[in-house]
Amino acid sequence: MDVAVKKELQKTACKVRMGIIEGVHAAKSGHPGGSLSCTEILTYLYFKQMNFDPKAPKMEGRDRFVLSKGHAAPALYAVLAERGFFDAELLKNLRQPGCILQGHPDMKKIPGVDMSTGSLGQGISAAVGMALSAKHFGNDYKVYTVLGDGEIEEGQVWEAAMFAANKGLSNLTAFVDYNNLQIDGTIEEVNSAMPIDKKFEAFNWHTIVIEDGNDFEQIEAALNEAATVNKPVAIIAKTVKGKGVSYMENQVGWHGSAPNDELYEQAMAELKAAFAEL
Amino acid sequence: MSDVKMVATRAGFGAALTELGAKRDDFVVLDADLAAATQTGMFKKAFPERFYDCGIAEQNMMGIAAGIAATGKKVICSSFAMFAAGRAYEQVRNSIGYPHLNVVIGATHAGISVGEDGATHQCCEDIALMRTIPGMTIINPADETEAKLAVAAALDHDGPVYMRFGRLAVPVVFGDDYKFEIGKGVELKEGNDVTIIATGLMVNEAMQAHDLLKAEGINARVINIATIKPLDKDIVIKAAKETGAIVTAEEHSVIGGLGSAVCETLAEEYPVPVVKLGVYDVFGHSGPAPKLLDEFGLRAVDIVEKAKKAISMKK
Repeated sequence: MDVAVKKELQKTACKVRMGIIEGVHAAKSGHPGGSLSCTEILTYLYFKQMNFDPKAPKMEGRDRFVLSKGHAAPALYAVLAERGFFDAELLKNLRQPGCILQGHPDMKKIPGVDMSTGSLGQGISAAVGMALSAKHFGNDYKVYTVLGDGEIEEGQVWEAAMFAANKGLSNLTAFVDYNNLQIDGTIEEVNSAMPIDKKFEAFNWHTIVIEDGNDFEQIEAALNEAATVNKPVAIIAKTVKGKGVSYMENQVGWHGSAPNDELYEQAMAELKAAFAEL
Repeated sequence: MSDVKMVATRAGFGAALTELGAKRDDFVVLDADLAAATQTGMFKKAFPERFYDCGIAEQNMMGIAAGIAATGKKVICSSFAMFAAGRAYEQVRNSIGYPHLNVVIGATHAGISVGEDGATHQCCEDIALMRTIPGMTIINPADETEAKLAVAAALDHDGPVYMRFGRLAVPVVFGDDYKFEIGKGVELKEGNDVTIIATGLMVNEAMQAHDLLKAEGINARVINIATIKPLDKDIVIKAAKETGAIVTAEEHSVIGGLGSAVCETLAEEYPVPVVKLGVYDVFGHSGPAPKLLDEFGLRAVDIVEKAKKAISMKK
């Protein structure tokens, strides 16, 4: 990856993180930890990978994205705002009455949201349906989805995985945001889905593990490999929950709580410093 | 009655899909390993490339249907009522209902008349479940004719549609001139002493009840409500005003179904006595469907009894 391109993406990710913190702090609720962990994945998809037009969000042949881990909505909203789907000022009204930015993604209200999600395990089925639709009706767009590592404890995920491989949906790529934390503890402590890659392999998916899912070069390499494969692709991306905000990193307590004013100032100061260094 | 054609509404569903498939190729059909029973197998045989079997995974099937609809394409998915409305309730609510997607759910084997398979498969709660989802349209056709017309209408309807079909062959009561419109009830028999509001296979029983009551000098109006949601409030309120007493008849729990919908409307708009006939908050059990309909009191004679009760309650 070109150094300048990488730096630009890193700057964008930094702005997205500020948007996440801004939104969650203003809402006094929401899910910062899992939003920060998948920030690079969403940023890469919307700034490098996917074909769409922010001015025509319903464009028929666009690539589709489904945030199956819908609670990472602050990350999606910050990316969509940064990409020009709507005014970033809206992030300050996240989760408030009258604001389109619902607690979980809403395709009817928010430009750029392709599927309403939030109840875990359901998004991937919708993504599979979109990929099937493209294949059946002769459209060449691609479908991307991001699952949480806790989310894959839902049985529906594996129903969807089985179907996607059986129907040869090579136009589908699913990321697993493998930050190893869910509400009640680490993934192993709660109900281990490990080994995640072997499970997808057993369901006849092409599987790619990336050691640093917060690194743009590794995300890019995985997506380039995915494009050459004639199967649905699962990219197991090892990430850091709370990435970019020192006191949130790897702390499960920040799964679903908002920073107070003081911690908000600290987070923003850290992100601004990181941005200035780029 | 011996020359009356007997056809299950599920067969009407399968036939309608196949007829529509011959006219247009803008929709796909999904099933969950029950194509032979739900009768989507008829479509599968005619148009195998437009049929996708999701296997025994109804929750995923609802999500796939939602995804297809989210790309602007038409889709009909089918399973038994128990699994479509029951097992996959939350998928129908969150992935289809909340985004108000154009998914048609063809739910077969509804009610007690599933017969021998017994209680685990006899879904008498599906209308109640589906009624609670905002924006969901619910259609419960009375016979093959209505089933076929309703499927065609549902495919071009804006928003999700839950269609309820039966396993048991029932009399075809409507002729080729029958008109179906989503949201419209139909007055089948005139009468001013009491109104029987029926849905599904109870419509035929209601027409027989009309004749039995007439022999006793009671003129019962009979209304077919195929669209349970949105309910045709006008025809219900008019019946309350003009006949002063109502009986509802459905092969479904008396909790949350047609009877509840009618009561909710009349309690607020024009209260009159309403007697609900249905399954009285019990599970079913195995047995031949016609015997179960007798046993659970889902026959014309039972409607007659309820009609007399409703009339006796008039002030």
